[in-house]
Amino acid sequence: MRKPIACVFLILCLLPALSFGADAPVTGGTLIWGRGGDSVSLDLAQATDGESIKAGIQVLENLVIFGKDSMNVEPQLAESWKVSDDGRTWTFKLRRGVKFHDGYPFNAQAVYDSFARVVFKEHPYNSYGQWKYPSLSLGPVKDIKVVDDYTIALITDKPYAPLLNNLALWLCPILSPKAMADYKDKIGQHPVGTGPFKFVSWTKDDQIVLERNKDYWGEKAKVNKIILKSIPEPSARLMALQSGTVDIADDLDPDSIALVKKNQKIAIIERPSVNVGYLAFNTEKPRLKDPKVRQALSHAVDKDTLIKSIFAGLAIPAKNPFPPSIWSYNDAIKAYDYNPEKAKKLLTEAKFDFNTEIELWAMPVSRAYMPEPVKTAELIQAYFAAVGVKAKIVRHEWGAYLSKTQNGEHDMCMLGWLGGNADPDNFLYGLLSADTAKTPGAANVAIWKNAEFTDLCLKGQKTFNKADRTKIYLKAQEIFHAEAPWLPLVHSTIVRCYSKKLHDVPLRPNGLNSFQMVWKEK
Amino acid sequence: MPLGYIAKRLFHLLLIMFGVSVLVFLMLRMIPGDPARLLLGEFASPEELVRLRSQMGLNQPYVVQYGIYLKNILHGDLGNSLRNGAPVASEIGVRLPATLELAVAAMLIASVLGIAAGVVSAARQYSVFDYGSMFMALVGVSMPIFWLGLMLIYLLSVMFPIMPMMGRIGMGSEPDVVTGLMLVDTLLSGEFGDFLDALHHLVLPSFTLSTIPMAIIARITRSAMLEVLNKDYVRTARAKGMSEAVVILRHALRNAFLPIVTVLGLNLGLLLGGAVLTETIFSWPGLGRYVVDSLMARDYAAVQGCILIFAALMAVINLMVDLVYGLLDPRIRVHA
Repeated sequence: MRKPIACVFLILCLLPALSFGADAPVTGGTLIWGRGGDSVSLDLAQATDGESIKAGIQVLENLVIFGKDSMNVEPQLAESWKVSDDGRTWTFKLRRGVKFHDGYPFNAQAVYDSFARVVFKEHPYNSYGQWKYPSLSLGPVKDIKVVDDYTIALITDKPYAPLLNNLALWLCPILSPKAMADYKDKIGQHPVGTGPFKFVSWTKDDQIVLERNKDYWGEKAKVNKIILKSIPEPSARLMALQSGTVDIADDLDPDSIALVKKNQKIAIIERPSVNVGYLAFNTEKPRLKDPKVRQALSHAVDKDTLIKSIFAGLAIPAKNPFPPSIWSYNDAIKAYDYNPEKAKKLLTEAKFDFNTEIELWAMPVSRAYMPEPVKTAELIQAYFAAVGVKAKIVRHEWGAYLSKTQNGEHDMCMLGWLGGNADPDNFLYGLLSADTAKTPGAANVAIWKNAEFTDLCLKGQKTFNKADRTKIYLKAQEIFHAEAPWLPLVHSTIVRCYSKKLHDVPLRPNGLNSFQMVWKEK
Repeated sequence: MPLGYIAKRLFHLLLIMFGVSVLVFLMLRMIPGDPARLLLGEFASPEELVRLRSQMGLNQPYVVQYGIYLKNILHGDLGNSLRNGAPVASEIGVRLPATLELAVAAMLIASVLGIAAGVVSAARQYSVFDYGSMFMALVGVSMPIFWLGLMLIYLLSVMFPIMPMMGRIGMGSEPDVVTGLMLVDTLLSGEFGDFLDALHHLVLPSFTLSTIPMAIIARITRSAMLEVLNKDYVRTARAKGMSEAVVILRHALRNAFLPIVTVLGLNLGLLLGGAVLTETIFSWPGLGRYVVDSLMARDYAAVQGCILIFAALMAVINLMVDLVYGLLDPRIRVHA
């Protein structure tokens, strides 16, 4: 009798050890990643679509990069950096002993060529690509100097603190100079970087195959291979995940996510994104000029209901121009609560003309921050009607919508922003300063020209101490709140659904991660 | 072989292609949407938009743009994709074989099953089989491909996982590309296992794609056969003591084939250009998806190139149908 009891006791003692064994990382296997579409170009300096970036960042690396699960900047191919006293020269010390996948050594010349082709028209590789967003990446860089083999200096035309975050974006990858010379304008189809995975093959509209870089300078990838499979139909993607055909399924709709949550074999990570969906009030239109009117309309909309009905709960209400995942978020600000009575009172005080219709422009395309733009517009229209404001929904084709809103032709328009570089400046200066409110082509579609706010933004760009910058941006958010040029609606939640066979799956707030550390149970 | 007739038709083909190129060029530019704006989205600065438009050549007058386009076509160059700068001809080249393979497989299934159902229904008019097959044909025509495809995946790939749910071949296999036709390439590389795998992957998408043409072919075959079966020569053939199989297959079916061939040709053309839903559901990397994605992005060069290819294929299929008429019915002669 004692023997069986001893055996049971022994097994119970061993169970934690056994389970520990199951959680120990193993090397090998193939990770199959189901996604909604194919990549366009794997030269990320030319990429604007998420599918290109997802694949490209497995192969290419930057000087600096965001943290695994955060948007804090960390070293990658640069070991350290410093900024000159005048704030115009950024000097980066580069990592030694790193090789590109083609065996070519990584050095300052490689960084020079990778950046110079984007910045300088006279660079021999400049004509090989369409450089999509220099203003978001290397725009302020006016000169690049190779100091020595492992030191490079970037010189900007003015002190520009957000540059470091820009360099952590996908838009600033370092590619093998040999590959850039060999492949010329086809480098986007044959990316050669220093990343934990090497590019193997690309079957258009079908799959991209990457394999583990055995000579990687850092901790080597766990899985042998990644196959990025294009599965355009969301229901098919869901079934592929449920059946185990793929290990990860991206961009599932809220109904599918609800189904996945009930599945014992599938894990989910949710994280607030770095985006904002907003309703901009054109502050130059006579009826929206008075901040009291804008505050009233901010009180008229119930964001919680909006999130429940449109986002299936996968969003958080917004009160500031950027989300809490970005540093210097002002949480002390009290959001405009849903209070129709107060809204009516404020509108009456402001002598608002209730008899004339006001235009509410609805985006014609869906985005993560605005998945159902027309339904959202209808809901806002109903909320405005409840406080006596007659809103007429206006729709245009996307290109025309952007051009017209940037010309300031609207009364109110729905838009959003993904702050890829996770720097507050990207939202505050880029979308709300007087400098960007100039029509035509105003990114500040509220056409809001507040001198104090703009001065703070410009001061923030020249301030390199993070604590000091934080103070500046906290104040800027207070001005934004009081003036209410936007009704910030939501920050959507980013979701990753994957098989429980995978471990150490990361998720940055911008949804773009290297899968170097991910391992798969055998 | 009426070579003069073929030469004349090929000349017509050139005229058609010219007309199509003008129409598509103009229509694409008439629909709202700026390719540079759609590519850069809401995050672009005005300077970046101007630069990209200039790089894409969109800042030039339409006449100049069309002139460059036509000159390039005459040199065998379909231009470069506005989205990724890759030559459109090579982008089409890697996708067209996938669409061809799918469309031809679907037509084979549709023809064999559709003609068989139509013939048997006509031969056994008002029988249970006749009612059953015509009911199924009605269902086949009415059922949305989208729904059918997803249901087949759910039943045969998720609930009872006996069929692959996506792609042209297993994810680990990458046979050398010779023709781009997976069945052919796997055979050429001597990988019989891969050939069977590719065939296995082809079953669900081609069956899904075949349902509508199969139903149409079945109904057309039935009505054409019924018309022929009442003719005097069929009665004579039976009176001479020929077996029912010979009467139906040799005497009736051959004479009923003209409308069937017309429908076959028309449907093959439609399948080549209209397999987008099936390609989307089964993650099939074909040309249909490429056209739709390109259209959404206003990738003018890509859409223009694809439509030209579709127009050429349609014209060639029509020519082949006309030639087959002559083979089937010696009374039909073509004149150059």
